[in-house]
Amino acid sequence: MVLTHQAGIGLSNHHILRKLRVLTVKLERVAHCRSGDKGNTSNISVIAYRQELYEPLKSQLNERQFQQHYAGVILGKVTRYSIDQLCALNFVCEGALGGGVSRSLCLDNYGKSLSSRILSFELVINAELEKYLK
Amino acid sequence: MTIRIGSGSAWWGDRISPAAANANLGKLQYLCFETMAEATISAAQVRKRKDPSFGGYDTWLDDRMNAVLPGCLANNTKIISNQGWINPIGAAERVIYWLKKIGAHGVRVAAINGGLITDDVIKNTDIILESGLPTSTLSDSIVSGEVYLGAAPIVEALKDGADIVITGRVADPSLFAAPLMYEFGWNEGDYHALGVANGIGHLLECGAQITGGYFADPGFKDIDKPWDLAFPIAEVTNDGTAVITKLDHTGGAVNLQTVKEQLLYEVHDPANYITPDVIVDFSATNLRQVDTNRVEVSGITGKKKTSTLKVSIGCVEGHIGEDMFFYAGEGAMRRARLAEEILRERFKIVNLDAEELRIDFLGHNAIHGKMTPDTASDPYEVAVRVAARCKTRSEAEKIGREVDGMAVSGVGMTGKRVPHQDRTREIIGVWSSLIKRELVSPTITFYES
Repeated sequence: MVLTHQAGIGLSNHHILRKLRVLTVKLERVAHCRSGDKGNTSNISVIAYRQELYEPLKSQLNERQFQQHYAGVILGKVTRYSIDQLCALNFVCEGALGGGVSRSLCLDNYGKSLSSRILSFELVINAELEKYLK
Repeated sequence: MTIRIGSGSAWWGDRISPAAANANLGKLQYLCFETMAEATISAAQVRKRKDPSFGGYDTWLDDRMNAVLPGCLANNTKIISNQGWINPIGAAERVIYWLKKIGAHGVRVAAINGGLITDDVIKNTDIILESGLPTSTLSDSIVSGEVYLGAAPIVEALKDGADIVITGRVADPSLFAAPLMYEFGWNEGDYHALGVANGIGHLLECGAQITGGYFADPGFKDIDKPWDLAFPIAEVTNDGTAVITKLDHTGGAVNLQTVKEQLLYEVHDPANYITPDVIVDFSATNLRQVDTNRVEVSGITGKKKTSTLKVSIGCVEGHIGEDMFFYAGEGAMRRARLAEEILRERFKIVNLDAEELRIDFLGHNAIHGKMTPDTASDPYEVAVRVAARCKTRSEAEKIGREVDGMAVSGVGMTGKRVPHQDRTREIIGVWSSLIKRELVSPTITFYES
Protein backbone atom coordinates (compact mmCIF):
# COMPACT_ATOMS: atom_id res chain seq x y z
CA MET A 1 0.00 0.00 0.00
CA VAL A 2 1.33 3.46 -0.94
CA LEU A 3 0.97 6.29 1.52
CA THR A 4 -0.14 9.56 0.02
CA HIS A 5 -0.25 12.94 1.69
CA GLN A 6 -2.74 14.66 -0.58
CA ALA A 7 -5.18 15.58 2.14
CA GLY A 8 -2.89 15.79 5.13
CA ILE A 9 -1.37 13.07 7.23
CA GLY A 10 -4.32 12.68 9.57
CA LEU A 11 -6.82 11.94 6.87
CA SER A 12 -4.50 9.58 5.13
CA ASN A 13 -3.92 7.58 8.30
CA HIS A 14 -7.64 7.43 8.77
CA HIS A 15 -7.96 6.22 5.21
CA ILE A 16 -5.50 3.41 5.83
CA LEU A 17 -7.15 2.41 9.08
CA ARG A 18 -10.48 2.22 7.33
CA LYS A 19 -9.01 0.05 4.64
CA LEU A 20 -7.55 -2.37 7.14
CA ARG A 21 -10.58 -2.41 9.35
CA VAL A 22 -11.89 -5.88 9.96
CA LEU A 23 -15.07 -7.21 11.48
CA THR A 24 -15.72 -10.30 13.50
CA VAL A 25 -19.02 -11.77 12.40
CA LYS A 26 -21.00 -14.89 13.09
CA LEU A 27 -21.17 -17.35 10.24
CA GLU A 28 -24.97 -17.02 10.10
CA ARG A 29 -24.47 -13.64 8.36
CA VAL A 30 -22.14 -15.19 5.79
CA ALA A 31 -23.48 -18.62 4.94
CA HIS A 32 -26.39 -21.04 5.20
CA CYS A 33 -26.18 -24.72 6.00
CA ARG A 34 -27.97 -28.08 6.02
CA SER A 35 -27.14 -31.45 7.54
CA GLY A 36 -27.84 -34.92 6.20
CA ASP A 37 -27.28 -38.39 7.62
CA LYS A 38 -25.89 -41.68 6.36
CA GLY A 39 -25.27 -44.31 9.00
CA ASN A 40 -23.13 -42.78 11.74
CA THR A 41 -21.85 -40.02 9.43
CA SER A 42 -23.35 -36.55 9.18
CA ASN A 43 -22.59 -34.24 6.28
CA ILE A 44 -22.96 -30.55 6.90
CA SER A 45 -22.95 -28.18 3.96
CA VAL A 46 -21.93 -24.56 4.49
CA ILE A 47 -22.81 -22.30 1.56
CA ALA A 48 -21.85 -18.64 1.23
CA TYR A 49 -24.76 -16.30 0.53
CA ARG A 50 -22.57 -14.29 -1.85
CA GLN A 51 -19.53 -15.07 -3.92
CA GLU A 52 -17.69 -12.16 -2.24
CA LEU A 53 -17.99 -13.93 1.11
CA TYR A 54 -16.81 -17.33 -0.07
CA GLU A 55 -13.06 -16.66 0.07
CA PRO A 56 -12.96 -15.68 3.76
CA LEU A 57 -15.32 -18.54 4.56
CA LYS A 58 -13.19 -21.12 2.76
CA SER A 59 -9.90 -19.83 4.11
CA GLN A 60 -11.04 -19.61 7.74
CA LEU A 61 -13.29 -22.64 8.15
CA ASN A 62 -11.04 -25.63 7.71
CA GLU A 63 -11.48 -29.18 8.94
CA ARG A 64 -9.68 -28.61 12.24
CA GLN A 65 -11.69 -25.51 13.14
CA PHE A 66 -14.90 -27.20 12.15
CA GLN A 67 -14.13 -30.19 14.35
CA GLN A 68 -13.23 -27.97 17.30
CA HIS A 69 -16.57 -26.20 17.00
CA TYR A 70 -18.32 -29.58 17.32
CA ALA A 71 -16.07 -30.88 20.11
CA GLY A 72 -17.67 -33.74 22.03
CA VAL A 73 -20.22 -34.49 19.32
CA ILE A 74 -18.21 -35.29 16.17
CA LEU A 75 -16.06 -38.14 17.44
CA GLY A 76 -14.49 -39.27 14.16
CA LYS A 77 -12.72 -37.73 11.22
CA VAL A 78 -13.88 -34.57 9.42
CA THR A 79 -13.25 -34.25 5.69
CA ARG A 80 -13.97 -31.05 3.77
CA TYR A 81 -15.01 -30.96 0.12
CA SER A 82 -15.81 -27.87 -1.91
CA ILE A 83 -17.65 -26.83 -5.05
CA ASP A 84 -16.12 -23.43 -5.63
CA GLN A 85 -18.42 -22.18 -8.40
CA LEU A 86 -21.38 -22.80 -6.07
CA CYS A 87 -19.53 -21.17 -3.13
CA ALA A 88 -20.23 -24.36 -1.19
CA LEU A 89 -18.26 -26.36 1.37
CA ASN A 90 -19.29 -29.83 2.48
CA PHE A 91 -18.03 -31.22 5.78
CA VAL A 92 -18.31 -34.99 6.12
CA CYS A 93 -18.27 -35.84 9.81
CA GLU A 94 -17.72 -39.43 10.89
CA GLY A 95 -18.92 -40.69 14.25
CA ALA A 96 -21.32 -37.78 14.65
CA LEU A 97 -24.65 -39.56 15.11
CA GLY A 98 -24.32 -41.61 18.28
CA GLY A 99 -23.87 -44.89 16.39
CA GLY A 100 -26.48 -44.16 13.71
CA VAL A 101 -30.13 -43.20 13.57
CA SER A 102 -31.60 -46.31 15.18
CA ARG A 103 -28.96 -46.68 17.91
CA SER A 104 -28.61 -43.02 18.87
CA LEU A 105 -29.89 -41.89 22.26
CA CYS A 106 -30.08 -38.29 21.07
CA LEU A 107 -33.60 -36.90 20.64
CA ASP A 108 -32.52 -35.55 17.26
CA ASN A 109 -31.30 -38.93 16.14
CA TYR A 110 -30.94 -37.95 12.50
CA GLY A 111 -28.77 -34.99 13.48
CA LYS A 112 -31.00 -32.69 11.43
CA SER A 113 -30.22 -29.80 13.76
CA LEU A 114 -26.45 -30.36 13.82
CA SER A 115 -25.80 -27.87 11.03
CA SER A 116 -27.13 -24.98 13.11
CA ARG A 117 -24.14 -25.25 15.44
CA ILE A 118 -21.81 -23.85 12.79
CA LEU A 119 -23.88 -20.65 12.51
CA SER A 120 -22.16 -19.38 15.66
CA PHE A 121 -18.63 -19.86 14.27
CA GLU A 122 -16.84 -16.50 14.11
CA LEU A 123 -15.17 -15.23 10.96
CA VAL A 124 -12.95 -12.18 10.55
CA ILE A 125 -13.78 -10.31 7.39
CA ASN A 126 -12.63 -7.14 5.72
CA ALA A 127 -15.03 -4.32 6.60
CA GLU A 128 -15.52 -3.64 2.91
CA LEU A 129 -17.45 -6.90 2.75
CA GLU A 130 -19.95 -5.72 5.34
CA LYS A 131 -22.44 -4.71 2.69
CA TYR A 132 -22.71 -8.33 1.56
CA LEU A 133 -23.58 -9.71 5.00
CA LYS A 134 -27.05 -10.94 5.90
CA MET B 1 -37.14 -33.05 -26.24
CA THR B 2 -38.17 -32.28 -22.68
CA ILE B 3 -39.63 -34.56 -20.03
CA ARG B 4 -41.59 -33.22 -17.05
CA ILE B 5 -41.06 -35.37 -14.00
CA GLY B 6 -42.42 -34.64 -10.55
CA SER B 7 -42.04 -35.78 -6.97
CA GLY B 8 -44.94 -37.41 -5.12
CA SER B 9 -43.25 -38.02 -1.77
CA ALA B 10 -39.87 -37.90 -0.09
CA TRP B 11 -40.58 -40.34 2.72
CA TRP B 12 -43.26 -42.50 4.23
CA GLY B 13 -44.80 -39.77 6.39
CA ASP B 14 -44.75 -37.07 3.75
CA ARG B 15 -47.80 -34.93 2.95
CA ILE B 16 -50.13 -36.30 0.32
CA SER B 17 -51.93 -33.23 -1.04
CA PRO B 18 -48.83 -31.85 -2.86
CA ALA B 19 -48.62 -35.19 -4.71
CA ALA B 20 -52.25 -34.82 -5.77
CA ALA B 21 -51.53 -31.25 -6.90
CA ASN B 22 -48.60 -32.44 -9.03
CA ALA B 23 -50.78 -35.22 -10.48
CA ASN B 24 -53.65 -32.88 -11.29
CA LEU B 25 -51.85 -29.73 -12.39
CA GLY B 26 -48.21 -30.64 -13.03
CA LYS B 27 -48.60 -31.68 -16.69
CA LEU B 28 -46.24 -34.50 -15.81
CA GLN B 29 -45.12 -37.47 -17.84
CA TYR B 30 -43.91 -39.14 -14.63
CA LEU B 31 -44.75 -38.88 -10.94
CA CYS B 32 -42.24 -40.60 -8.66
CA PHE B 33 -42.68 -41.67 -5.04
CA GLU B 34 -39.85 -42.24 -2.58
CA THR B 35 -41.26 -43.65 0.66
CA MET B 36 -38.41 -45.36 2.49
CA ALA B 37 -35.85 -44.56 5.13
CA GLU B 38 -32.69 -46.51 5.88
CA ALA B 39 -34.45 -48.89 8.31
CA THR B 40 -37.82 -49.18 6.51
CA ILE B 41 -37.21 -52.68 5.13
CA SER B 42 -35.92 -54.12 8.39
CA ALA B 43 -38.68 -52.46 10.41
CA ALA B 44 -41.22 -53.90 7.97
CA GLN B 45 -39.72 -57.39 8.38
CA VAL B 46 -39.97 -57.15 12.17
CA ARG B 47 -43.53 -55.86 11.99
CA LYS B 48 -44.55 -58.59 9.56
CA ARG B 49 -43.32 -61.25 11.99
CA LYS B 50 -45.45 -59.83 14.78
CA ASP B 51 -48.46 -58.71 12.77
CA PRO B 52 -49.54 -61.07 9.94
CA SER B 53 -52.20 -58.56 8.83
CA PHE B 54 -49.51 -56.03 7.84
CA GLY B 55 -49.33 -55.89 4.04
CA GLY B 56 -45.59 -55.33 3.92
CA TYR B 57 -45.91 -52.21 1.77
CA ASP B 58 -46.35 -48.46 2.36
CA THR B 59 -49.08 -48.10 4.97
CA TRP B 60 -50.22 -44.93 3.16
CA LEU B 61 -50.47 -46.71 -0.20
CA ASP B 62 -54.28 -46.49 -0.33
CA ASP B 63 -54.30 -42.78 0.51
CA ARG B 64 -51.49 -41.92 -1.91
CA MET B 65 -52.99 -43.89 -4.80
CA ASN B 66 -56.49 -42.54 -4.25
CA ALA B 67 -55.06 -39.03 -4.24
CA VAL B 68 -53.11 -39.32 -7.47
CA LEU B 69 -54.62 -42.04 -9.68
CA PRO B 70 -57.45 -39.94 -11.14
CA GLY B 71 -55.09 -37.10 -12.10
CA CYS B 72 -52.39 -39.43 -13.42
CA LEU B 73 -54.88 -41.36 -15.56
CA ALA B 74 -56.45 -38.18 -16.93
CA ASN B 75 -53.07 -36.67 -17.80
CA ASN B 76 -51.29 -39.81 -19.03
CA THR B 77 -48.80 -39.58 -16.20
CA LYS B 78 -46.89 -42.76 -15.39
CA ILE B 79 -46.06 -43.59 -11.78
CA ILE B 80 -42.78 -44.95 -10.44
CA SER B 81 -42.92 -45.80 -6.75
CA ASN B 82 -40.91 -47.71 -4.14
CA GLN B 83 -44.01 -48.21 -1.98
CA GLY B 84 -43.62 -51.99 -2.36
CA TRP B 85 -41.20 -52.20 0.60
CA ILE B 86 -40.94 -55.96 1.34
CA ASN B 87 -43.97 -56.88 -0.77
CA PRO B 88 -44.04 -55.19 -4.21
CA ILE B 89 -46.41 -57.91 -5.49
CA GLY B 90 -48.93 -57.15 -2.74
CA ALA B 91 -48.64 -53.43 -3.38
CA ALA B 92 -49.13 -53.90 -7.13
CA GLU B 93 -52.22 -56.05 -6.51
CA ARG B 94 -53.56 -53.35 -4.21
CA VAL B 95 -53.02 -50.71 -6.91
CA ILE B 96 -54.91 -52.95 -9.36
CA TYR B 97 -57.73 -53.14 -6.81
CA TRP B 98 -57.98 -49.34 -6.69
CA LEU B 99 -57.73 -49.00 -10.49
CA LYS B 100 -60.66 -51.40 -10.91
CA LYS B 101 -62.59 -49.60 -8.21
CA ILE B 102 -62.40 -46.31 -10.15
CA GLY B 103 -63.21 -48.06 -13.42
CA ALA B 104 -59.79 -47.72 -15.03
CA HIS B 105 -59.31 -50.71 -17.31
CA GLY B 106 -56.22 -51.86 -19.18
CA VAL B 107 -53.72 -50.07 -16.95
CA ARG B 108 -50.48 -52.06 -16.69
CA VAL B 109 -48.82 -52.30 -13.29
CA ALA B 110 -45.36 -53.85 -12.87
CA ALA B 111 -43.93 -55.15 -9.60
CA ILE B 112 -40.17 -55.42 -9.27
CA ASN B 113 -38.67 -57.99 -6.93
CA GLY B 114 -35.25 -59.43 -6.36
CA GLY B 115 -33.64 -56.98 -3.99
CA LEU B 116 -34.62 -58.77 -0.80
CA ILE B 117 -31.88 -61.32 -0.10
CA THR B 118 -32.31 -61.95 3.63
CA ASP B 119 -31.71 -65.71 3.45
CA ASP B 120 -28.61 -65.36 1.26
CA VAL B 121 -27.09 -62.23 2.74
CA ILE B 122 -24.28 -63.95 4.63
CA LYS B 123 -23.49 -66.30 1.75
CA ASN B 124 -23.35 -63.47 -0.81
CA THR B 125 -21.65 -60.70 1.12
CA ASP B 126 -18.27 -60.48 2.74
CA ILE B 127 -17.30 -57.59 4.99
CA ILE B 128 -19.33 -55.09 7.03
CA LEU B 129 -18.25 -51.71 5.70
CA GLU B 130 -18.57 -49.87 9.03
CA SER B 131 -16.65 -52.35 11.18
CA GLY B 132 -14.51 -54.41 8.82
CA LEU B 133 -15.82 -57.61 10.41
CA PRO B 134 -17.27 -60.49 8.36
CA THR B 135 -21.04 -60.23 7.83
CA SER B 136 -21.30 -63.75 9.29
CA THR B 137 -20.71 -62.19 12.73
CA LEU B 138 -24.24 -60.77 12.43
CA SER B 139 -25.90 -64.12 11.76
CA ASP B 140 -27.81 -64.37 15.04
CA SER B 141 -29.41 -60.97 14.73
CA ILE B 142 -30.19 -60.45 11.02
CA VAL B 143 -33.80 -59.58 10.19
CA SER B 144 -33.27 -58.36 6.62
CA GLY B 145 -30.78 -58.08 3.82
CA GLU B 146 -31.65 -55.78 0.94
CA VAL B 147 -29.79 -54.83 -2.20
CA TYR B 148 -30.09 -51.28 -3.47
CA LEU B 149 -31.25 -51.99 -7.02
CA GLY B 150 -30.66 -49.51 -9.82
CA ALA B 151 -32.78 -48.13 -12.64
CA ALA B 152 -32.41 -51.07 -15.06
CA PRO B 153 -35.44 -53.16 -13.99
CA ILE B 154 -37.65 -50.04 -13.97
CA VAL B 155 -36.48 -49.14 -17.49
CA GLU B 156 -37.22 -52.72 -18.52
CA ALA B 157 -40.75 -52.50 -17.08
CA LEU B 158 -41.37 -49.23 -18.94
CA LYS B 159 -40.15 -50.79 -22.19
CA ASP B 160 -42.62 -53.61 -21.62
CA GLY B 161 -45.46 -51.11 -21.40
CA ALA B 162 -45.85 -50.48 -17.67
CA ASP B 163 -47.97 -47.49 -16.70
CA ILE B 164 -47.21 -47.91 -13.01
CA VAL B 165 -44.03 -49.46 -11.60
CA ILE B 166 -43.89 -50.60 -7.96
CA THR B 167 -40.53 -51.50 -6.47
CA GLY B 168 -39.01 -52.51 -3.16
CA ARG B 169 -35.62 -51.07 -2.26
CA VAL B 170 -34.15 -49.13 -5.15
CA ALA B 171 -31.56 -46.38 -4.78
CA ASP B 172 -33.62 -43.21 -4.39
CA PRO B 173 -32.23 -41.33 -7.44
CA SER B 174 -32.84 -44.41 -9.64
CA LEU B 175 -36.62 -43.92 -9.27
CA PHE B 176 -36.27 -40.64 -11.16
CA ALA B 177 -33.36 -41.65 -13.40
CA ALA B 178 -35.20 -44.64 -14.89
CA PRO B 179 -37.88 -42.71 -16.79
CA LEU B 180 -35.26 -40.29 -18.15
CA MET B 181 -33.15 -43.21 -19.38
CA TYR B 182 -36.20 -44.82 -20.96
CA GLU B 183 -37.53 -41.67 -22.63
CA PHE B 184 -34.19 -40.37 -23.91
CA GLY B 185 -32.72 -43.75 -24.79
CA TRP B 186 -29.87 -43.14 -22.35
CA ASN B 187 -28.18 -46.48 -22.12
CA GLU B 188 -26.21 -48.34 -19.53
CA GLY B 189 -22.60 -47.42 -20.08
CA ASP B 190 -23.33 -43.83 -21.17
CA TYR B 191 -21.93 -42.52 -17.91
CA HIS B 192 -22.31 -38.85 -18.71
CA ALA B 193 -26.03 -39.25 -19.39
CA LEU B 194 -26.54 -41.56 -16.44
CA GLY B 195 -24.73 -39.03 -14.25
CA VAL B 196 -27.20 -36.36 -15.37
CA ALA B 197 -30.20 -38.65 -14.81
CA ASN B 198 -29.14 -39.69 -11.31
CA GLY B 199 -27.97 -36.18 -10.41
CA ILE B 200 -31.40 -34.79 -11.28
CA GLY B 201 -32.91 -37.73 -9.41
CA HIS B 202 -30.90 -36.80 -6.34
CA LEU B 203 -32.21 -33.23 -6.51
CA LEU B 204 -35.82 -34.48 -6.65
CA GLU B 205 -35.71 -37.44 -4.26
CA CYS B 206 -36.25 -35.35 -1.11
CA GLY B 207 -39.34 -33.60 -2.42
CA ALA B 208 -39.95 -30.27 -0.74
CA GLN B 209 -36.38 -30.03 0.50
CA ILE B 210 -35.64 -28.31 -2.82
CA THR B 211 -38.79 -26.16 -2.87
CA GLY B 212 -38.39 -24.44 0.49
CA GLY B 213 -38.78 -27.22 3.03
CA TYR B 214 -36.13 -27.93 5.69
CA PHE B 215 -34.83 -24.47 4.82
CA ALA B 216 -36.57 -21.43 6.37
CA ASP B 217 -34.70 -19.40 8.99
CA PRO B 218 -36.53 -16.16 9.77
CA GLY B 219 -34.59 -13.03 8.88
CA PHE B 220 -31.95 -15.01 7.02
CA LYS B 221 -33.81 -17.38 4.73
CA ASP B 222 -37.45 -16.36 4.53
CA ILE B 223 -39.95 -18.53 2.71
CA ASP B 224 -43.29 -17.46 1.28
CA LYS B 225 -46.32 -19.36 2.66
CA PRO B 226 -44.23 -22.11 4.28
CA TRP B 227 -47.45 -23.95 5.18
CA ASP B 228 -48.22 -24.62 1.52
CA LEU B 229 -45.07 -26.09 -0.01
CA ALA B 230 -45.20 -27.82 -3.36
CA PHE B 231 -43.22 -30.89 -4.34
CA PRO B 232 -40.68 -30.24 -7.10
CA ILE B 233 -40.97 -30.70 -10.84
CA ALA B 234 -37.99 -31.04 -13.17
CA GLU B 235 -38.13 -30.20 -16.86
CA VAL B 236 -35.30 -32.31 -18.18
CA THR B 237 -33.95 -31.86 -21.69
CA ASN B 238 -32.06 -34.56 -23.56
CA ASP B 239 -29.03 -32.27 -23.80
CA GLY B 240 -28.47 -33.02 -20.11
CA THR B 241 -29.77 -29.80 -18.58
CA ALA B 242 -32.82 -29.40 -16.41
CA VAL B 243 -34.95 -26.71 -14.86
CA ILE B 244 -36.13 -27.34 -11.31
CA THR B 245 -39.45 -25.67 -10.62
CA LYS B 246 -42.78 -26.07 -8.81
CA LEU B 247 -46.47 -25.41 -9.38
CA ASP B 248 -47.56 -21.78 -9.58
CA HIS B 249 -49.53 -20.29 -6.71
CA THR B 250 -47.93 -22.54 -4.12
CA GLY B 251 -45.76 -21.49 -1.21
CA GLY B 252 -42.06 -22.07 -0.91
CA ALA B 253 -39.27 -21.22 -3.33
CA VAL B 254 -36.95 -22.76 -5.86
CA ASN B 255 -33.82 -20.64 -5.78
CA LEU B 256 -30.04 -21.03 -5.83
CA GLN B 257 -29.95 -21.52 -2.07
CA THR B 258 -32.60 -24.25 -1.91
CA VAL B 259 -31.02 -26.10 -4.84
CA LYS B 260 -27.48 -25.88 -3.43
CA GLU B 261 -28.57 -27.18 -0.03
CA GLN B 262 -30.34 -30.11 -1.62
CA LEU B 263 -27.49 -30.80 -4.03
CA LEU B 264 -25.17 -31.51 -1.09
CA TYR B 265 -27.77 -33.20 1.13
CA GLU B 266 -26.51 -36.64 2.16
CA VAL B 267 -23.65 -36.30 -0.33
CA HIS B 268 -20.08 -36.92 0.79
CA ASP B 269 -17.53 -36.31 -1.98
CA PRO B 270 -19.49 -34.29 -4.59
CA ALA B 271 -17.24 -35.65 -7.35
CA ASN B 272 -18.02 -39.25 -6.39
CA TYR B 273 -21.67 -39.77 -5.46
CA ILE B 274 -22.12 -43.51 -5.84
CA THR B 275 -25.39 -44.84 -7.26
CA PRO B 276 -26.07 -48.34 -8.61
CA ASP B 277 -25.76 -47.28 -12.26
CA VAL B 278 -23.12 -44.55 -12.24
CA ILE B 279 -20.86 -42.49 -10.00
CA VAL B 280 -22.40 -39.02 -10.24
CA ASP B 281 -19.96 -36.12 -10.46
CA PHE B 282 -21.49 -32.87 -9.17
CA SER B 283 -18.16 -31.02 -9.05
CA ALA B 284 -18.75 -28.95 -12.20
CA THR B 285 -22.44 -28.24 -11.57
CA ASN B 286 -23.67 -24.80 -12.59
CA LEU B 287 -26.89 -23.25 -11.39
CA ARG B 288 -28.70 -20.29 -12.90
CA GLN B 289 -31.88 -18.60 -11.71
CA VAL B 290 -33.64 -18.26 -15.06
CA ASP B 291 -36.97 -17.03 -13.70
CA THR B 292 -38.90 -16.87 -10.44
CA ASN B 293 -38.90 -20.35 -8.93
CA ARG B 294 -37.00 -21.73 -11.91
CA VAL B 295 -33.38 -22.84 -11.52
CA GLU B 296 -31.45 -24.27 -14.44
CA VAL B 297 -29.03 -27.07 -13.59
CA SER B 298 -26.17 -27.96 -15.91
CA GLY B 299 -22.71 -29.46 -15.78
CA ILE B 300 -23.56 -32.66 -13.91
CA THR B 301 -21.75 -35.66 -15.30
CA GLY B 302 -20.86 -39.22 -14.36
CA LYS B 303 -18.13 -41.84 -14.15
CA LYS B 304 -18.06 -45.60 -14.58
CA LYS B 305 -20.18 -47.50 -12.07
CA THR B 306 -18.67 -49.59 -9.31
CA SER B 307 -18.42 -53.38 -9.67
CA THR B 308 -20.70 -53.98 -6.68
CA LEU B 309 -24.11 -52.98 -5.34
CA LYS B 310 -24.78 -51.78 -1.81
CA VAL B 311 -26.50 -54.11 0.64
CA SER B 312 -28.16 -52.99 3.86
CA ILE B 313 -28.36 -55.53 6.64
CA GLY B 314 -30.92 -54.91 9.37
CA CYS B 315 -30.21 -56.45 12.76
CA VAL B 316 -32.09 -56.66 16.02
CA GLU B 317 -29.74 -55.10 18.51
CA GLY B 318 -31.70 -54.55 21.68
CA HIS B 319 -34.02 -51.91 23.07
CA ILE B 320 -34.07 -48.25 23.98
CA GLY B 321 -36.01 -47.08 27.04
CA GLU B 322 -36.94 -43.42 27.12
CA ASP B 323 -39.07 -40.99 29.12
CA MET B 324 -39.10 -37.41 30.38
CA PHE B 325 -40.48 -35.13 33.10
CA PHE B 326 -40.52 -31.39 33.66
CA TYR B 327 -39.53 -28.37 35.73
CA ALA B 328 -40.46 -24.73 35.28
CA GLY B 329 -40.06 -21.32 36.85
CA GLU B 330 -37.56 -20.11 39.43
CA GLY B 331 -34.94 -22.77 40.14
CA ALA B 332 -36.05 -25.15 37.42
CA MET B 333 -32.47 -26.12 36.58
CA ARG B 334 -31.41 -26.80 40.17
CA ARG B 335 -34.34 -29.16 40.63
CA ALA B 336 -33.54 -30.80 37.29
CA ARG B 337 -29.94 -31.38 38.43
CA LEU B 338 -31.11 -32.97 41.68
CA ALA B 339 -33.48 -35.16 39.68
CA GLU B 340 -30.54 -36.34 37.57
CA GLU B 341 -28.58 -37.20 40.70
CA ILE B 342 -31.51 -39.17 42.11
CA LEU B 343 -31.96 -41.09 38.87
CA ARG B 344 -28.30 -42.01 38.59
CA GLU B 345 -28.41 -43.40 42.15
CA ARG B 346 -31.68 -45.21 41.46
CA PHE B 347 -30.21 -46.88 38.36
CA LYS B 348 -27.39 -48.23 40.55
CA ILE B 349 -29.92 -49.52 43.09
CA VAL B 350 -31.96 -51.33 40.43
CA ASN B 351 -28.79 -52.59 38.67
CA LEU B 352 -29.61 -51.04 35.32
CA ASP B 353 -27.54 -52.88 32.73
CA ALA B 354 -27.21 -50.35 29.90
CA GLU B 355 -24.77 -50.06 27.01
CA GLU B 356 -25.27 -46.32 27.18
CA LEU B 357 -27.27 -44.05 29.49
CA ARG B 358 -28.04 -40.46 28.67
CA ILE B 359 -29.74 -37.86 30.86
CA ASP B 360 -30.39 -34.55 29.12
CA PHE B 361 -31.97 -31.26 30.07
CA LEU B 362 -34.32 -30.60 27.17
CA GLY B 363 -34.42 -26.86 26.65
CA HIS B 364 -30.75 -26.62 27.57
CA ASN B 365 -28.51 -29.37 26.13
CA ALA B 366 -30.60 -32.31 24.90
CA ILE B 367 -30.00 -31.74 21.21
CA HIS B 368 -26.44 -30.46 20.91
CA GLY B 369 -25.16 -32.37 23.95
CA LYS B 370 -21.55 -31.84 24.89
CA MET B 371 -21.00 -28.95 22.49
CA THR B 372 -23.71 -26.82 24.13
CA PRO B 373 -22.08 -23.50 25.11
CA ASP B 374 -22.28 -22.17 28.67
CA THR B 375 -25.23 -19.85 28.93
CA ALA B 376 -25.50 -16.81 31.14
CA SER B 377 -28.96 -17.62 32.41
CA ASP B 378 -30.85 -20.82 33.08
CA PRO B 379 -33.85 -21.68 30.93
CA TYR B 380 -37.29 -20.89 32.41
CA GLU B 381 -38.50 -24.41 31.67
CA VAL B 382 -36.61 -27.66 31.33
CA ALA B 383 -37.47 -31.29 30.71
CA VAL B 384 -35.31 -34.03 32.18
CA ARG B 385 -35.09 -36.58 29.41
CA VAL B 386 -33.70 -40.02 30.16
CA ALA B 387 -32.70 -42.65 27.60
CA ALA B 388 -30.78 -45.89 27.77
CA ARG B 389 -29.80 -48.53 25.26
CA CYS B 390 -30.06 -52.06 26.68
CA LYS B 391 -29.78 -55.64 25.45
CA THR B 392 -33.26 -56.63 26.64
CA ARG B 393 -36.67 -55.01 26.79
CA SER B 394 -36.98 -55.72 30.50
CA GLU B 395 -33.81 -53.69 31.18
CA ALA B 396 -35.01 -50.84 28.95
CA GLU B 397 -38.34 -50.80 30.83
CA LYS B 398 -36.46 -49.75 33.97
CA ILE B 399 -36.16 -46.24 32.51
CA GLY B 400 -39.92 -45.69 32.50
CA ARG B 401 -40.31 -47.38 35.87
CA GLU B 402 -37.74 -45.11 37.53
CA VAL B 403 -39.27 -42.04 35.92
CA ASP B 404 -42.63 -43.16 37.33
CA GLY B 405 -41.00 -43.15 40.74
CA MET B 406 -40.13 -39.49 40.35
CA ALA B 407 -43.84 -38.59 40.61
CA VAL B 408 -44.28 -39.00 44.36
CA SER B 409 -40.78 -39.98 45.48
CA GLY B 410 -38.84 -37.36 43.54
CA VAL B 411 -38.16 -33.63 43.62
CA GLY B 412 -40.54 -30.81 44.54
CA MET B 413 -42.62 -29.27 41.81
CA THR B 414 -42.00 -32.09 39.32
CA GLY B 415 -44.28 -32.06 36.28
CA LYS B 416 -45.02 -35.43 34.78
CA ARG B 417 -46.94 -37.03 31.96
CA VAL B 418 -49.39 -39.82 32.47
CA PRO B 419 -47.44 -42.91 31.33
CA HIS B 420 -49.76 -43.31 28.36
CA GLN B 421 -47.47 -44.91 25.83
CA ASP B 422 -44.90 -47.64 25.39
CA ARG B 423 -41.66 -46.16 26.60
CA THR B 424 -39.38 -48.69 24.96
CA ARG B 425 -38.61 -49.34 21.32
CA GLU B 426 -36.72 -52.09 19.55
CA ILE B 427 -33.44 -51.12 17.92
CA ILE B 428 -32.99 -52.30 14.38
CA GLY B 429 -29.41 -51.44 13.59
CA VAL B 430 -28.44 -51.10 9.95
CA TRP B 431 -25.06 -52.25 8.62
CA SER B 432 -23.75 -51.96 5.07
CA SER B 433 -21.98 -54.37 2.82
CA LEU B 434 -21.41 -54.94 -0.90
CA ILE B 435 -22.57 -57.65 -3.29
CA LYS B 436 -21.34 -58.62 -6.75
CA ARG B 437 -23.78 -57.51 -9.42
CA GLU B 438 -24.01 -60.97 -11.00
CA LEU B 439 -25.47 -62.36 -7.77
CA VAL B 440 -28.52 -60.10 -8.05
CA SER B 441 -31.34 -60.85 -10.47
CA PRO B 442 -34.40 -58.61 -10.32
CA THR B 443 -37.69 -59.95 -11.63
CA ILE B 444 -40.67 -58.11 -13.07
CA THR B 445 -44.28 -59.25 -12.64
CA PHE B 446 -47.03 -57.62 -14.69
CA TYR B 447 -50.65 -57.02 -13.80
CA GLU B 448 -53.42 -55.36 -15.79
CA SER B 449 -56.54 -53.74 -14.44
